[in-house]
Parts: sequence; structure tokens; C-alpha cells
Amino acid sequence: MDLSRLKFTKTHEWILVEGKKATIGVTDYAQHEMTDIVYAELPKTGQQVEAKQECATLESVKSVFSVYAPVPGRIIEVNEMVVSDPSRINSSPCDDGWLWKMDVKDEKESDSLMNLEQYNDFIHTKGQQK
Amino acid sequence: MIGHTDEERAKMLAEIGVSSFEELIQNVPESIRLPRISGFSSLTEQEICSYLTELENLNRKASDSICFLGAGAYDHYIPAVVDEICSRSEFVTAYTPYQAEASQGILQALFEFQTVVCELLGMEVANASLYDGASSLAEAVLLAARHTHRKKILISSTVHPLWREVVRTYLIGSGVELTEIPANEGVVDKNRIQELLTDSYAAVALQSPNFFGCLEDWSEVSSIVHNAGALFIAITNPLASGILKSPGDWGADIAVCEGQPLGIPLSFGGPYLGILAVKQELMRQIPGRIVGMTKDVNGKRAFTLTLQTREQHIRRARATSNICMSQTLMALSALVYLCAVGKKGIHEVGMMNIERSHTARDRICAVDGWKAMFSQPFFNEFVVRCPGDPLKLAEYLSTRGIIGGLPLASYYSEPEYKNGVLFCATEKNTAANIDKLVSTLRECT
Repeated sequence: MDLSRLKFTKTHEWILVEGKKATIGVTDYAQHEMTDIVYAELPKTGQQVEAKQECATLESVKSVFSVYAPVPGRIIEVNEMVVSDPSRINSSPCDDGWLWKMDVKDEKESDSLMNLEQYNDFIHTKGQQK
Repeated sequence: MIGHTDEERAKMLAEIGVSSFEELIQNVPESIRLPRISGFSSLTEQEICSYLTELENLNRKASDSICFLGAGAYDHYIPAVVDEICSRSEFVTAYTPYQAEASQGILQALFEFQTVVCELLGMEVANASLYDGASSLAEAVLLAARHTHRKKILISSTVHPLWREVVRTYLIGSGVELTEIPANEGVVDKNRIQELLTDSYAAVALQSPNFFGCLEDWSEVSSIVHNAGALFIAITNPLASGILKSPGDWGADIAVCEGQPLGIPLSFGGPYLGILAVKQELMRQIPGRIVGMTKDVNGKRAFTLTLQTREQHIRRARATSNICMSQTLMALSALVYLCAVGKKGIHEVGMMNIERSHTARDRICAVDGWKAMFSQPFFNEFVVRCPGDPLKLAEYLSTRGIIGGLPLASYYSEPEYKNGVLFCATEKNTAANIDKLVSTLRECT
């Protein structure tokens, strides 16, 4: 995945918008922080969601994490491969480890989100705050 | 315990701006305030003990009466081995240990409890127990709402009335609504399930043996419920499950029981035992603790609390439940009871319950004016129509050392149940007991 095509949220989701279709996953930073993911609960297809609505739950050996919708839309597909093998999220968070796809109104929906450079700055500052 | 001094009380009252303790509690109605017990300060320890013993003796115990009362709590024989094992010092501990894995013995017992529960109920995953049957049902209802993202529940009016009350209490503020399915001839009206059920319902909760003691025929229920995308919650009596079709056999998604019939004595207010078991796909939605079996670093068998990410200490507000403990000592009693009686024993106990209760019903119905209310098959409880006032009858029986039966009118306001009396007969109700009940009924009717 060419990361420069992605947009990012403060809650560490990435989104790839192609026309009226978007793919969502969690960032490499997020999977690293979560440690080994052992269970993924994904949304139901057909479900209409708002931006920042909790859509998926990832469970690691350490804890449980929520994944939120970066933009509003309708869930059209979920990645069954990560349900059967959640470790894909650790090994390939931005490719094989995508979580769900959704219909979005248009590409502009993700305009307000961070680009790669901004996101890298964001996690860098966050790291320093620690 | 060190009590507060008058000075400390005055300081606290001043802090919150009230002048006296009486002013603080002025909104609490007089009628529910605890009366002051006078003279206690001048009693010696010995005097207090004899006073309390006197009070205790005012209680009527099932053990020194003949008990024909069931309705949710049952008088069964408890083999001596149950107390013997449960009172071993290794098991006498607070509830689930905090440094859980240091207590392999307790964890193994709970793991075995979960295993026997699954075998008995025909389910795949059980937790390490909950408070009691009623709260387990409430948890099952919340589980179904969570899993299906739906906010409506159908519950049979043949489910224990107090259990339904507990569920209603749990649902306050949850946005989940309860709709009751009417009964027909003492069992849930299956046609009404189909009529009422839409795709906005999360679950259908049924009980068999139900509150009236009747066994319900649940064939086709699971497909009706599943076709609507809902879950089937089956409530049963664990002893009956040893001899009749289990919740798993009926295609239930969640099984709920009050575990008291399994070696736990009758006591006012418990402790009793909540049993909850589910199908594999609902495993991560279960409330409470789950013990798992695994291997330690040396490859040796070890037990551990597992799937804790469901629980409050990790998931906080989003935990599956705020129940994060179990009724360990009661679960242990149930485990020892089931192991002691075994597969053959539980079948025998079940058969004895059926025989005794059927004898009791036939003998009662042979008394002038007494009639069976329903013609359904039953396990160890049944409803009969009393020719007089059921409340007066219960009072009279009580003066003759007999506890029960329960006037149905206390729980059901419909006129058809007005003269109904619910009796229970277990393996403890010998032929002599039944004779005494029947002759006493003759005296008063």
C-alpha cells in the first residue's frame, strides 16, 4: 500500500477513499501498540454508521480496542480473512489486514482527516508527551 | 467495627447542612424505618445470644416440616459428601481468588463445574456461575440484546413471576423492552410466539418445567425464533434436564437455570446459584468469569481465568456485564452433587420426582372438590384447584406442620388462576408425607 494515498484519524484508523468507496483499517502504529491481536469483531454489512461511531472491536493479549468509522456511510463488505486469522492485522495492517469497506457520499468526506505527514507528526508528538 | 462518636455525627451533619439525623432521614417513610431495639446496650453477650436464638426459632424450617412448596426453590436431599467436600479448608475462601492462578484447586473445580453444566444442558460454553437463576436470566436477556443489536424481548408469562420482575429491574434504563407471551392451558401459547415475533426482537425466553410445573413442547420453537434472527433463551430446572430434553436438544442459544436443586440447601435470600451456558458463537458475550484449561511454561496442565477482556477490570464501561464474580462455593456444591449422583443417579432422582409428584397429584385430586388445573405433563410441580380459599388453606396446613402449596393468586391476577394452588413433591416427600398432606386436606375441605 502506498501510504500517501491514505488519510488518518486521531484514533489511529486509516482510510482509503476511491470514488464512492472507502476501505478502513488500523495503522501500523496502532497494531504495534495493541500487541498480538487474537480476535476481531467486525460490523455487519448493510449497517449505516456515523463518523466516529464504534464499528469494530479488536482484542489483543493485552486489552480490547475500539475501531471507529472515520467518515459516515454504509458498511458494504467486511474482511472475513482477519476474522479467521486476526494476526494479519499485526503483520499487514494496511494491506491484508484491512477491516471493512463502506459506501461514502464522495471523496471530500475524508478531507478534514490527517495526511501521512500530519499523522506521523501526530504520533511523534504523542510519543514525546509520554 | 468502631461506631461513630456523637461529635463525629454532629460534624458530618453540619457539613451537609442538616441539623439532626431525624432531619436527614425525613424523606424515608416511617413505615419502612427499622424500629429501634431498646435495651440492647444493657444486655450481656449471653443474653444477646439467647435473645437472637429466640428470634431464630420463630423461623419455620423446611427441615423440621413437611415441605410441599417449590416455586423456584426446592427441598431436595443433599448427600453428606457435598458438605464434607465443600467444607474442606482448601475450598473455604473468598469468592474467585484475586491471584487466581495461584489457586489451581479452585480453578480446576470451576472448570469441571463449567464442563458438567455444559454436559447437563447440552450447551458449549458455561461461565463459572452467577448469583442466581433470576439474575442469570436478566444477563441472558442483556446478552441477546447486545448480540443482535435489538431492543425487544419476548418472554413467556409462564416464566417465574419473580424472575420476570428481576429482568424488568435489570432493564430499567437499558432501553430494552419486555413483551409477555400469554399462556394457554398452563403452557406458553406457541401460536402467539409466531404472531408477536418480528425482526425487531432480540430473544424469546421460555421456561420448562415452567412456573406452573408444566413441561412445554418446544418443537419448532428454535426455527421460528432463528428465522426472525432472534436468540432462543431456554430456562430449565437442572435436575429435570438430567432426564428430559436439554436446552441444547431444543436448539436453544442460551440456557439459564437456578442451580439450587443441585445440592444447595433452602435458605431465605440465598446464597443460590446462577447457571448460564451458551452456544460457542456467543462465547465472547458471556457475563462473568470463565475458567480455561491450558499448559504452563513447562508443558503441564494448568487452569486460568480466560477471555477476561469481556470483563469490567479490562473493558470498563463496555464490559459484557458489571458482574465479575461467581458464586464459587455454591458452584462447588453443585459440582460435588452432580459427581456424587452421576449420570445414573440424576436419572433416578428425576424419576423419583416424577413418581412422587404424580402420586401426590392423583391423591389430592381424589379428595372431594379438588381438581387438577392443567392436563399438561409435569416434572415435580403441579397446580390444583382448591375448593376453598387457597390463602386460608396454606395457613391451615402450616399449623399442621406442612409448608405449601402456594396460592397462584399471589402472582397471577387473572380470575382463572384464582383457586389455583401450586404444589411440589420431590424425592423427600415420602408416601407417609403424602398421606399426611391428603388427610390434612380432607380435614379442612
